[in-house]
Amino acid sequence: MTTLQPPAAAEPRPAPPPAKRDRRSWTGWGFIGPFVAVFALVFLAPIVYSVYLSLYRNQLIGGNTFVGLDNYTQALKDDQFWASLGRVSLFLCVQVPIMLGIALLVALALDSGRLYGKSFFRISIFLPYAVPAVVATLMWGFMYGNQFGLVGDLNDALGTSLPDPLSADWVLASIGNIVTWEFMGYNMLIFYSALRVIPSSLYEAAEIDGAGQVRVITAIKLPAIRGALVIATIFSIIGSFQLFNEPSILRNLAKNTITTDYTPNFYTYALSFNGQQHNYSAAVAIIMGLITMVIAYVVQLRGMRKGA
Amino acid sequence: MRGKTGRLLRGIALVSTLALGVTACGGSDDGDSDQKAVSQSDIDAALKEGGTVTVWAWEPTLKQVVADFEKANPKVKINLVNPGTGAEAYTALSNAISAKKGVPDVAQIEYYALGQYALTKQLTDLKGFGADKLANTYSPGPWNSVQSGDGIYGLPMDSGPMALFYNKKVFDKYKIAVPTTWDEYVEAARKLHKADPKAYITNDMGDAGLTTSLLWQAGSRPYKVDGTKVKIDFSGAAATKYTSTWQKLIDDKLVTPTPPWTDAWYKGLGDGTIATLATGAWMPANFASGVKNASGDWRAAPMPQWTAGDKASSENGGSSLALPEAGKNEALAYAFVEYANAGKGVQARIKGGAFPATTADLNSKTFQDTKFPYFGGQEANKVFAESAANVADDWSYLPYQVYANSIFNDTVGKAYVSGTKLTESLKTWQDASVKYGNEQGFTVEK
Amino acid sequence: MTSPASTASRPPRTAAGASGSAPRLRTSRKKHTPGRPRRSVLLTLLTGLVLIYTLIPLAWLLISATKTQEGMASSFGLWFGGGHFALWDNIKETFTYDDGVFTRWLLNTLMYVVIGAGGATFLAVLGGYALAKFKFPGRNAVFAVVIGAVAVPGTALAVPTFLMFSKMGLTNTPWAVIIPSLISPFGLYLMWVFATEAIPTELLEAARMDGAGEMRTFFTISLPLLAPGIVTVLLFTTVATWNNYFLPLIMLKDPDWYPLTLGLNAWNAQAATAGGQPVFNLVITGSVLTILPLIAAFLLLQKYWQSGLAAGSVKE
Repeated sequence: MTTLQPPAAAEPRPAPPPAKRDRRSWTGWGFIGPFVAVFALVFLAPIVYSVYLSLYRNQLIGGNTFVGLDNYTQALKDDQFWASLGRVSLFLCVQVPIMLGIALLVALALDSGRLYGKSFFRISIFLPYAVPAVVATLMWGFMYGNQFGLVGDLNDALGTSLPDPLSADWVLASIGNIVTWEFMGYNMLIFYSALRVIPSSLYEAAEIDGAGQVRVITAIKLPAIRGALVIATIFSIIGSFQLFNEPSILRNLAKNTITTDYTPNFYTYALSFNGQQHNYSAAVAIIMGLITMVIAYVVQLRGMRKGA
Repeated sequence: MRGKTGRLLRGIALVSTLALGVTACGGSDDGDSDQKAVSQSDIDAALKEGGTVTVWAWEPTLKQVVADFEKANPKVKINLVNPGTGAEAYTALSNAISAKKGVPDVAQIEYYALGQYALTKQLTDLKGFGADKLANTYSPGPWNSVQSGDGIYGLPMDSGPMALFYNKKVFDKYKIAVPTTWDEYVEAARKLHKADPKAYITNDMGDAGLTTSLLWQAGSRPYKVDGTKVKIDFSGAAATKYTSTWQKLIDDKLVTPTPPWTDAWYKGLGDGTIATLATGAWMPANFASGVKNASGDWRAAPMPQWTAGDKASSENGGSSLALPEAGKNEALAYAFVEYANAGKGVQARIKGGAFPATTADLNSKTFQDTKFPYFGGQEANKVFAESAANVADDWSYLPYQVYANSIFNDTVGKAYVSGTKLTESLKTWQDASVKYGNEQGFTVEK
Repeated sequence: MTSPASTASRPPRTAAGASGSAPRLRTSRKKHTPGRPRRSVLLTLLTGLVLIYTLIPLAWLLISATKTQEGMASSFGLWFGGGHFALWDNIKETFTYDDGVFTRWLLNTLMYVVIGAGGATFLAVLGGYALAKFKFPGRNAVFAVVIGAVAVPGTALAVPTFLMFSKMGLTNTPWAVIIPSLISPFGLYLMWVFATEAIPTELLEAARMDGAGEMRTFFTISLPLLAPGIVTVLLFTTVATWNNYFLPLIMLKDPDWYPLTLGLNAWNAQAATAGGQPVFNLVITGSVLTILPLIAAFLLLQKYWQSGLAAGSVKE
């Protein structure tokens, strides 16, 4: 977000008379007011309440007491929390590059103009985005089933013995597969849109210079969409840290491998909804949120600095 | 930035004050109906006056009961809502109770979860409504489960005395005898799997309900509850009987890790690759609706015993109807509960496929003589009724069993997917349960 | 809000493209890449692999929708079989099962989408317009806070929001689902970028010189210019609201108010109760019916959202 040029600054216009500026100052609020009002209710208030909750402890026997930062110290010493954080970090380091990599390759392929049936590809690969997580997980869950799912059928038919996608060694990858399936098309479209607005003058210049396809990609296309790459990465990172829907729905099929502390979000959900430990859950969630924000900010700094 | 920041901050302050104020206004509600005595005439008067009662239940046979009850009491409207099954429903109920809003007047609560709500005073004591007179109406297991301390906190709705359902077709094909002890069961498992490597004696990937029920049957009493003092111990001799036998099944891969209540599970029951199920007497309805293609193949038998010659049994599942403390219309609510679980509603539900908890029905000739077409005409209720009578009635669940069950697979589940032994993983479950109990203010020892 | 955890785990974001010359959507690129590229069969095949990967689960879904409950249990997942072709039966049964509650769920979802996504788009348009065209105190703070909001885990908000809404008596009503879905940080961002690009400030100044009020300016001049961006935001907030699962899960108890996602989940879970009837074939058919409208919407409105996304790619 560094190459931002607000239009007003780019215009050589004399400063409007003071009265008009004042009116414009507050008129802006008239337009954004509704958004901010609902935002405060739906977001700011729960955050404040969450912080408040995290400072207390409500027990089944003993009721509500103020405990200051105890919940936070407990969370920092909590093995389950760190294990789940480690797990989503691992997930993130593997799944995000793979998903964005495939998305980028497909976007480049579409943009190269060398495909038959480009529109068909574009729409079809984008489709999974329109499928709700419940349905996507159901579909893949069925296919993962060892005895009656596709893996089982393939094993029977081909005599192979493919590993069980729901076993402890593979289940994280299986979840990664579902997430990749769901969002690869969406990221592809973002990259593709970014590629499409590269001015043709750059290509003409390249052609004159005699640059080959690969050179064009590395020297023109990739740098031009750096911003899109960074944004997509940041939001994929945030999404990975918040992984919840897919493991939670898949859990019915793999209760022993997908534990209730599998991802940080699932852990906070289980604390709240299984154990009624709302206070501790709030503390863990807040710590998680802070970690996410720090990492996203760092990635943005690094990504933008390299570019601009 | 001055004006805007100031305004932003004021806005936040306002909203947070509102939020805090709203929550602070909570305050604890002291039970006002702890020992309220409500007589039958009070109840009759309430029925005549009418009103609305909200019932949270997932039990399908209640639909008919609601219709009948409304017909008999035209001024009363019953609002039957399905809040989800089991743990989902308890989450919803606990959330409503903490928010002090939207609490139903009647809630379906399974026996293992009832203690939790009763002990924390979130349910109305039904002694005040005369429920103690119903002691002899119910079989021992369920009646024990609805009591906590001195009080009665629910009326049993159905029960789940355990039985062994087995696929006779498969057993006959491989000439396997119906096991009468668990050791015979393990032998049968071996014989079956050897004859057909695709078949398994049963499915199991760790189920808290099954494990606790089998421990119950074996004579183990891992949970001892005395008010807020709790003792958890999975290391007794009876518990060892269970773990050593069951470990054999796990080690030799004689049970298939198919999760229950899934597409694959129904398939397995239907095509003979899952040959038995040790579960509660409520299962026949699920067989009939979910595994139609195996109709006639299955039979019911008494549970295998841990010691040859014994007749021990236990309950698996089953629920009661209870009145949440924060609910309203108690007289009407109790009237409905009594109708559904001790009055005419029981017959309606039996017709709908429910398995009763009332001794009169369990022992009635018509009930016992019912032929089950699904079981090839077998009079299976005889098996179930005898099992019900043999349930030991001194079992306790934890006052936070819902939570303990929710972490069962995290802990005991390890025994099914890694090399951890059952005894070890039960100890892990024990430790986690102790930790939670102490965090919640109970005094828990191992 | 249509925040990440409540909908997708990847919130939609637009891309940043090259700065510099004004972007034009070109229809054909072949003239501009080095040489005239030949269509490559190899590349098509490779991309085709990705396509197969994308479509297999959807194919499974469609094929399974043509089978009966027993048929599904007894036939190979990726090909037809298992008895008679039951698609029309399944569709009929989906709509009539349980007193036609599926239709109710469909109507609920439509309501949530129209009011929720519609409202979110409206708020985002107004807000984006303000961020783009007005200098007002706290402008940057608002933007930073809203975008920062995306990083907060959904579960941090879920329980406090639930408890708050309970006290206000909103839980188990449609408002508990609608109000949070009115906030779309992505929508705000996209509209801000789009408004910056698509509405020349000179036009606004001219209107103000002519004495037009801000509201009038907005409706008569700005809004038409924002059309493709509005359609894009509307589409994406529609997807988010249509597929919303987590928040309705904790807010709603009464099946009469369920959106389709929750309803399908309830049918799926129904099998797991004593005496409950497994209806996997209805879950599958219901799923097909749930994704069809969205897919249709995307297909029909291609032109708009593609140009919307592209224009949004200019600035970052």
